[in-house]
Amino acid sequence: MKHYLLSIYQPDGPTPPPDVLDGIVKQLDALNADLKAAGAWVFAGGLHPPSTATVLRARDGDTVVTDGPYAEGKEHLGGFTIITAPDLDAALAWGGRLADAVAPLPVEVRPFSG
Amino acid sequence: MRIEDVFAAEYGRAVSVLVRVFGDIDVAEEAVQDAFTEAVRRWPAAGLPPSPAGWIITTARNRAVDRLRREAARADKYAQAALTHAEAEPVEEGAVPDERLRLIFTCCHPALARATQVALTLRLLGGLSTTEIAAAFLVPEPTMAQRIVRAKNKIRDAGIPYRVPQDADLPARLSGVLSVLYLIFNEGYEASTGEHLVRDDLCGEAIRLTRALAGLMPDEPEVWGLLALLLLSHSRRAARTTPDGSLVLLADQDRSRWDPALIAEGQEIVRRCLRRNQPGPYQIQAAIQAVHSDAPTDWAQVKALYDQLLAVTPTPVVALNRAVAVAEVDGPAAGLALVEALDLPTFGLFHAIRADLLARVGRTGEAAEAYSAAIELTGNGPEREFLRRKLGVCVRRG
Repeated sequence: MKHYLLSIYQPDGPTPPPDVLDGIVKQLDALNADLKAAGAWVFAGGLHPPSTATVLRARDGDTVVTDGPYAEGKEHLGGFTIITAPDLDAALAWGGRLADAVAPLPVEVRPFSG
Repeated sequence: MRIEDVFAAEYGRAVSVLVRVFGDIDVAEEAVQDAFTEAVRRWPAAGLPPSPAGWIITTARNRAVDRLRREAARADKYAQAALTHAEAEPVEEGAVPDERLRLIFTCCHPALARATQVALTLRLLGGLSTTEIAAAFLVPEPTMAQRIVRAKNKIRDAGIPYRVPQDADLPARLSGVLSVLYLIFNEGYEASTGEHLVRDDLCGEAIRLTRALAGLMPDEPEVWGLLALLLLSHSRRAARTTPDGSLVLLADQDRSRWDPALIAEGQEIVRRCLRRNQPGPYQIQAAIQAVHSDAPTDWAQVKALYDQLLAVTPTPVVALNRAVAVAEVDGPAAGLALVEALDLPTFGLFHAIRADLLARVGRTGEAAEAYSAAIELTGNGPEREFLRRKLGVCVRRG
């Protein structure tokens, strides 16, 4: 079994209105329940907007703190799910359901090393 | 049978078996290469073994086990795991038909880029060297080497499974596999650059892999359609160029130089596909080639088949080819009207076909311009020469 990170990328900007968000949340809850039932769920969570991020960098023994996010961009990591799966096809099947729930946002699937 | 022939026929199968046993592409490739090195040393003196394929697989397996045992001695956890696995599953010496199929589907997994799928298929199943693949696809060798290494790493690290996909995924995955095989053939059939029109080795490789696929998936009509398409196209290779290497159009080819065995096999497959009546794009294209293989070409039938193809795959390139058939049936003006409605400014063949039709309706000035545009866009030597001669005719007339 391998661990995979499924990350959701979303454009910066205001949170979608409740009538859009409610449907997404409901689908995500159902997906998480299915992941747990299948023994594939490790962790999942959504993030506050990138404007809440802080970047740290060690420099000459000091830690330099700057207002984040680290990468400039129109889209940022919005949330992620960590799962266990026997292979990429199984991970992509879960990832496909996640993409379905958050459509049209893209979902990136990456294996953990080790 | 020479060692080169055994290599061409058995390399892919041996690598496939070893990948299954050891679960690692690099281990499998090195072991199979070691086994062939050993064969080159031994066979000339000792003669060919009764089953060269079995000998290669067994030798490669033993080499891989030796290698992993040496590495395991250095307490490499991964090698030890692989070794345990290897010893639990002895290699059968006979044919293991679906191994290659698993590897084809692994190489053509949708998580890999299409260009990488083609390169990896040629490398692992065709046994082509990175140098040869780089040359065929016109990229510097280090670029191709990097692309192949990255793909192998992704297969290992992301856990791309080594198996034929489940029924539900099969149609989608199969179409990727077929288009990779078709791309390999096309690169050989009409090399995108270089001084030779045809690269026989790539065509032969694509046909060999498609034949293997058809043997392994005999119930998929599109696999047979692709095989027939490749065989019929390949049957004309000797007539497609003059002795000095210039291009000869289908209508002007010396049919006595077409390969009758390939035509017979291709046409027989097309007839079987027709009886099944589940036409897909490859089967329709094969049927078109089958019509061309009968002298003289029945253009009305070709046009009807292009109507069908356009309905299944409504692309501008198919529409362009259909326009050629329309020009033969209803006259060049009718064909030209269809071509003029298409927007393919960067496609050399578009300009060449437009030029030909313009010349045939007597608009030689415009034809010359179109030939010049086509010449600009082709990187293939013989093709450029052909277009230059046509341009010359237009200029003299106009």
